[in-house]
Amino acid sequence: MSSAVSTRSAAAVRTRTPATRSRRRPRHAVAHVVLGVGGFLMAFPFLWQIIMSLSTNSQVRSVVPTFWPGTLQWHNYVDVFAQLPFLPQLGVSVTITVIRTVAQIVLCTLAGYAFARMRFRGRNLLLGLVLSILLVPSQVYLLSQYQIVQSLGWLNTIPGIVAPGLFSAFGTFLMRTAFMNLPNELEEAARIDGANPWQIFTRVMMPLVRSNISVLAITTVLFSWNELLWPLVVTTYANLQPLAAGLATLSGSVTVDYPIIMAASLMATAPVLIAFILLQRRVIDGIASSGLK
Amino acid sequence: MSGFQRAVPRAAGRPATRRGGSGVHTDGWWPVLFVAPLLIGVAAFYLWPIVQTFWFSFTTFGVFGGQTFSGVANYVALVQDPEFYTSLGNTLIYTAIVLLGVPLAVWLAALLNTPGLRFASFYRVLFFLPYIAMPTAVALVWRLIFNGDYGVLNWFLSLVGLPGPYWVSTPGFAILAVSIVGLWSSLGFSMIVLAAGLKAIPPELYEAAELDGASPARRFRSVTVPLLTPTIFFVTVVTVISSFQLFDLLYAIMGPRNPAMPSSMSLVFYFFQAGFVDNQQGFAAAIAMAIFALIGLVTLVQFRLQRRWVADV
Repeated sequence: MSSAVSTRSAAAVRTRTPATRSRRRPRHAVAHVVLGVGGFLMAFPFLWQIIMSLSTNSQVRSVVPTFWPGTLQWHNYVDVFAQLPFLPQLGVSVTITVIRTVAQIVLCTLAGYAFARMRFRGRNLLLGLVLSILLVPSQVYLLSQYQIVQSLGWLNTIPGIVAPGLFSAFGTFLMRTAFMNLPNELEEAARIDGANPWQIFTRVMMPLVRSNISVLAITTVLFSWNELLWPLVVTTYANLQPLAAGLATLSGSVTVDYPIIMAASLMATAPVLIAFILLQRRVIDGIASSGLK
Repeated sequence: MSGFQRAVPRAAGRPATRRGGSGVHTDGWWPVLFVAPLLIGVAAFYLWPIVQTFWFSFTTFGVFGGQTFSGVANYVALVQDPEFYTSLGNTLIYTAIVLLGVPLAVWLAALLNTPGLRFASFYRVLFFLPYIAMPTAVALVWRLIFNGDYGVLNWFLSLVGLPGPYWVSTPGFAILAVSIVGLWSSLGFSMIVLAAGLKAIPPELYEAAELDGASPARRFRSVTVPLLTPTIFFVTVVTVISSFQLFDLLYAIMGPRNPAMPSSMSLVFYFFQAGFVDNQQGFAAAIAMAIFALIGLVTLVQFRLQRRWVADV
């Protein structure tokens, strides 16, 4: 009797555990199905780009899509360098991104610190002027920037492409906020020890905003690597364009085969995508906190 | 004034090496050294250009250089130009479609925020990839996906019995195609910002709602959405501003010489064409001013309407 009861209750216990789990599981199942399907749709163009970059041109142009090209055409990636000015464009992209990122870190951190921590006449007015740029869409200064760069003889040069992007109101705002959130005592202590403002800035304050500087670096790299309109305006020779502008001029081109274009565009986005996957937490938190768009 | 008061103990605690340390100049010339490099660049490449473009918009540029004052002629020409209304209409269509992503992103962010959800960071990465990727590079893949003859989208549509159009070269469909890509690329951004907003909602509210017997759907409607309205508002404003500046995706998906471009272009493409292709800088400056005014107006209206639906948190 008792053994029968105990087995029955054991069975009841055993059936209850899966029951509770299955009650919880459907809720998560909805999340997994929706996010899984959505995530697949998000990733599909990248997967398609990879598949197409490894196909032959006739496979790309077949009416029934080739979801898996039998033999992978790795040579498409080599052909990119022969058929397109990919290497010089990559050089331009890397150069302008490095220059802008370093310049923005230096200039925005300096100015952000002064606006947050120093007292000087006209501070609020100057800060207001810098931040007012954030309200103005880029088209409003583009024409005039072009004329300035043209009159300096900088069309089709690296200085011409990087010049306006060295200075960032957004970055200044970001760094000012970072410095404002630091406590006052550190500066006071350093000052009593006889440090001058430059020493306080470089040795005490800069190290404390390292994570904010990395947010600034991430947003600058993204903007610089992906930007199209300005480089398109100031460069006319394909060899002097960054990848974003160089690839854009391929749109509608009939002289280059699709697999080559896919391989080139994949290689152009890959550095940023790989960096993102490696640094995902930092990138996502940084962009979410800064609200950059 | 508080600046002055705080300067006193500071000056006292420091050796009297600094000259002229009185009044507002508590940090001497240091602020100039810190601020000047940025300010010079900002003045030369941003502030002055804004003033100059405003001036340009009242001038006509000669074919061989030089410019003459022409009053409001550019603005008169602008409001009479049918292309202005076409590009404004396309920009509004694009903005409306991309905005459909905001409610979608609220839902997806709430799902992503499910406590104890496995693979959450993997999903986050998937949804964020399109936002990070170079717009011109992804545009080239989308162009292939949208291809009328051998694109995978039309093949898929044919499976369900729908005839697929020549997306990228048919007026009407072209802006729709670009809008789909715009929605795809901005969804991750909205989701991430909204997910950050969700994290800020106190879990006690959910517990209280659960105790009161609220279903998950009810909790989403009565707790999540109302408390998230400030973030939803922020995302909406930012999405509208960036959608009004549609250029990269349109340019790279359609190609500048696409015959469907005149009927599919955005305001910024219209500006780009006038200023840098047709060399009508004065007219282009007027377009830029119009874009500025329109974005300002739309944003102002949104802030005005904010009171009606955004909760004070």
